Amino acid sequence: MITKPGLLAQTARIPERNAIVWRGAIVFKLIGLAAAIAATFVFSGYHLFQLTMVIIYAIAILGLNIVTGYSGQISLGHGAFYAIGAYVSAILMTQYNLPYWATLPAAALVCAIVGFAIGLPALRLGGLYLALTTFALAITLPQILKYRAFEDWTGGVQGIVLAKPDAPFGLPLSADQWLYLFSLAVGVVAFVLARNLLAGRIGRAMRAVRDHPIAAEAMGVHLALLKTKTFAVSALFTGVAGALGAIAVQYVAPDSFSVFLSIVLFVGLVVGGVASVAGAVFGAAFVVYMPNVAEKISKAAPDAIYGIILIAILFFAPSGVAGALARIAERVRGKDRFKDGIPLQGGTR
Amino acid sequence: MPARADQTPKHRGAGCRQRLLFFAAGRAFRMSALLEIRNVGIRFGGIVALSGVSFEVCAGEICGLIGPNGSGKTTLFNCISGIYRPSKGDIVFNGQNLCTIARHRLAALGIGRTFQNLALFRTMSVSENILVGAHHFGRTGFIANALCLPRVRREEDDAQRRLVELLELLELAAVAAEPVANLPFAMQKRVELARAVIGGPKLLLMDEPAGGLNHSEVDVLAELIRTLRDRFQMSILLVEHHMNLVMRISDRVVALEFGMKIAEGSPQAVQNHPEVIRAYLGGRAHAAVA
Repeated sequence: MITKPGLLAQTARIPERNAIVWRGAIVFKLIGLAAAIAATFVFSGYHLFQLTMVIIYAIAILGLNIVTGYSGQISLGHGAFYAIGAYVSAILMTQYNLPYWATLPAAALVCAIVGFAIGLPALRLGGLYLALTTFALAITLPQILKYRAFEDWTGGVQGIVLAKPDAPFGLPLSADQWLYLFSLAVGVVAFVLARNLLAGRIGRAMRAVRDHPIAAEAMGVHLALLKTKTFAVSALFTGVAGALGAIAVQYVAPDSFSVFLSIVLFVGLVVGGVASVAGAVFGAAFVVYMPNVAEKISKAAPDAIYGIILIAILFFAPSGVAGALARIAERVRGKDRFKDGIPLQGGTR
Repeated sequence: MPARADQTPKHRGAGCRQRLLFFAAGRAFRMSALLEIRNVGIRFGGIVALSGVSFEVCAGEICGLIGPNGSGKTTLFNCISGIYRPSKGDIVFNGQNLCTIARHRLAALGIGRTFQNLALFRTMSVSENILVGAHHFGRTGFIANALCLPRVRREEDDAQRRLVELLELLELAAVAAEPVANLPFAMQKRVELARAVIGGPKLLLMDEPAGGLNHSEVDVLAELIRTLRDRFQMSILLVEHHMNLVMRISDRVVALEFGMKIAEGSPQAVQNHPEVIRAYLGGRAHAAVA
């Protein structure tokens, strides 16, 4: 069985085609980035703010996607990490007069540590139990933030009001424009880092653990450690999003981070596409814009419209927007696959 | 060791050495046991699944483990791969007692395995599946990977080189980018084999590799197992129902029944061993042969 000449001839063609696909993806991404930068000068005011929120939610959903999509651990409490990130940023800015950009790494670090500490026991439960544990976290956190003893730091029920950062170096940008570009830059960095992480050895191990933990362990993956670290990284991304969110909204209060936020992130994850880096952007756009769209369709029952649209999306694109796009791309590319004659059925069976 | 095992035509220590001398004519293998099963026993509640089983697997040897259903083959296999911890005895691999070692460390020690009913990562591509097998070679962590540091690239390049070699050897190159779930069963088995071999095991544990394969596929598999053994100089412990396969490729066969070793020796010797015939065919056959 060891060599048939035909097979080798075909393998030689694969890298070539991958290169074309890859170059196509690069061009696509560059166009997307250019459009995102151009948006700074096309939109203004509330519309630009919405776009900023899309980026911020995209980072948060990306974080959730790392743990739920790639590693297969359902978290219904990622809103808690978003809240912790937001509060760390707000407290550092108001109490310690740190510049807004310096609070992001701090929020990242704090959330990673908290994520690790919570992940350590919670991930031993796994499955639905983990979902409920994280859910409990999301329920608990707003009340902790309101707690009297912390009031000096957290501002209690009132929350903390922040100042809007101006564009640095005398750049001719409004505060809104600068905030948008700053978020975009953070978002690009976050997505590149996540992509690197998920494409390599660690990302493969995460997906292996999701698909077949026993086999992954036999291949040398330390299940408990990998899951906990994954949870920490996931919390880190969502925490950075929370910090950015605090800066963008210029206000943090316990009630902005109710359980509903966690559910919204989860909705964004599923609508955008589980286990897809790009899916986080689609999911974020859905989460930010769909309530407005629903309200335009029916002022009387926007929530019902939202629900119906959500069900429709899950029905027609069960693998999310990213999954649906991938399938369309596959179909377009599917034609030349047959031209190349790569056999799907290559076995002796 | 149960008394019955002494009836085996070639008893254990000596048999192992003889075979190695035979091997040494062609290749230079080390003359020691790679895996030693020492008096291993395990019970589940009142059921004794294994009792006093001892044998060795030498370097470079293909060792077949046979026995009727419920004889303890799979239990023993699970003890070696760390799923169960034996309540008695030791399992020593390369001088290390496996009974105290965490499961995820076995791969790095040099123990690879395949699973009875395919345990592939279904959503991942063929290449990715195989690359997971090289996970234990990696030293880079989350931060290095996220930043795509040079050493991550080096590591990935090393893994890719091994991958390409195995894809060619196992004729999987044409489907390297396909999701593994799309492949026919026999091909998925080859992916699993590649995933185990890429980790550079000294000992490969195979749990019923012929299960679900048709006649011609089993022939191909037999050839492949030998090729891989020669090429990567590893020992293979084969748990298998498919007598034909075991007898054809094993250098030595160990037979279990009711959790005890009843025979050990060359395939021919075990095949003709009265205890084995009795175990497989029933009491009267024993009388007839004896």
